[in-house]
Amino acid sequence: MNFETTIGLEVHVELKTNSKIFSPSPVEFGDDPNANTNVIDWGYPGVLPTTNKGVVADGIIAALALHATVEQHTHFDRKNYFYPDNPKAYQITQADKPIGHDGWVEIDIDGVKKKIGIAEMHVEEDAGKNTHERDHSYVDLNRQGTPLIEIVSKPDIASPAEAYAYLEALRQRIQFTGISDVKMEEGSMRVDVNISVRPVGQDKFGTKTELKNLNSFNYVKRGLEYEEKRQQQVLMSGGSVRQETRRFDEKTGETILMRVKEGSDDYRYFPEPDLPALNISDEWIKQLDEAMPEMPTDRRERYVNDLGLTDYDAMVITQTKEMSDFFNEMVDLKADPKMAANYLQGDVNAYLNDNQVDLAKTKLTPANLAGMINLISDGTISTKMAKKVFKAVTNGEEPKAFVEKHGLVQLSDPAKLQPIIDDILDQNPQSIEDFNNGKKRAVGYLVGQIMKQTHGQANPQVVNKLLMAALNH
Amino acid sequence: MANRINREQVKHVAELAKLEFTDDQLDALTPQLDDIIGLFESLSEVDTDNVAPTTNVTDQINVMREDVADNWGQSAALLKNAPDAARGYIKVPTIIDESED
Repeated sequence: MNFETTIGLEVHVELKTNSKIFSPSPVEFGDDPNANTNVIDWGYPGVLPTTNKGVVADGIIAALALHATVEQHTHFDRKNYFYPDNPKAYQITQADKPIGHDGWVEIDIDGVKKKIGIAEMHVEEDAGKNTHERDHSYVDLNRQGTPLIEIVSKPDIASPAEAYAYLEALRQRIQFTGISDVKMEEGSMRVDVNISVRPVGQDKFGTKTELKNLNSFNYVKRGLEYEEKRQQQVLMSGGSVRQETRRFDEKTGETILMRVKEGSDDYRYFPEPDLPALNISDEWIKQLDEAMPEMPTDRRERYVNDLGLTDYDAMVITQTKEMSDFFNEMVDLKADPKMAANYLQGDVNAYLNDNQVDLAKTKLTPANLAGMINLISDGTISTKMAKKVFKAVTNGEEPKAFVEKHGLVQLSDPAKLQPIIDDILDQNPQSIEDFNNGKKRAVGYLVGQIMKQTHGQANPQVVNKLLMAALNH
Repeated sequence: MANRINREQVKHVAELAKLEFTDDQLDALTPQLDDIIGLFESLSEVDTDNVAPTTNVTDQINVMREDVADNWGQSAALLKNAPDAARGYIKVPTIIDESED
């Protein structure tokens, strides 16, 4: 039996606003529990929420970034449920008229492009956080009211690999808009997953299961792969898939039954009476659209077509807006694009990984890195010397001043190099004989000696040229 | 009784509201709720064919505030009002985790 898979993803993205969605409490993390809460966040009787204009703007920006239609006549709804992280006993969300609908993102798997549809996206409030200890639980409402955008995919995702690519494309586009950090490890991006399989040719979707505890894109993919196979095996052995919630186990890579879903959820949505409806004007949308940064897909196209980068280089450089902006600035400062891309992917990424920091938090500047690359391009320093210069650049030093201060100037003048080469050749008649007997390795030894003599400052290309000329004389 | 709502539905609504009723109470409440729904049915006599759905009863629209943070410094007072608190947290009976995240 052959199966086809249908995957649905609900992605929650936490917005980087200054204040909460319905109260002016600050959106800050790592503060003392409940420090950033007020009577509105606690759901006290008689309080009146007010919509944060920045959140509505971010919702419009997200819709535009995901090619969705902005719903210009929209409002909020109440979703009713009891849970201790939400003292109001309802969440203010959008059910009826989500702020954006019918969008898409393009994914690319080994060169095969596919559009994945987005059914809708809506803005809503986050709940607080519970921690559990021995005989009590503890509630921190700092996160209560933090603005979220929930993005719901259409049933277009047909494999775990596509789910992964969709999440990556979504993360990048949102990251480039600047409305969220979209970091799964920090909880500013959260993913709920459902998956069903059905025999090829069957019209009706199979029964879907929900997966929890997927804390990285990789776990999403692995959890889906396991679940896809499990459901296929259930169907092949004549059984039927139950509607249930399963938990991904990071150690075994398996999904484990959490609970069986009985009936559908009953949230009794109704329009939020405390918040006036929103009419989003054409001008507002236009204004936000015009301020939108260039998206990663457009940048990649430009990098490949105009700057001659490979698809792979362009992909790595556009992982984050910060990296891509940094690259743009370096290119504006006349750094060779290919070399700029290589340094960002190589030395810079290694530096960021070793120190576990974001690019923005380092002392690296586009001007200094571009300056260093320009010194390599014009032959002032060798790539080997650049290692030292790079180290200085990571400390915020200006490369030209550093090079001058430490006498790191490459020796490229043949008139100066020729006597040194002649000396070395005089001292090593054995190597010359070896070379004449066909031992090419002798060249390496001689180059080494010349580099040693010049304290590594000789230009290797010039040395090679002069040396070969002398040996073949 | 017009049977607009049955006993099981009343029980379901009670559960959603975290209320518990005895069998006798359910027997008494079911016809009462049925009557109340009956009162609302008079609304269906109004012709609403060409009327847009009402989502808000005020005429206000686009009431928004600028995204400026302002900490009202109420945390200590709010915690004082909580049934129990510890280390800045609201202390509650153990929650069996069935949260969405």
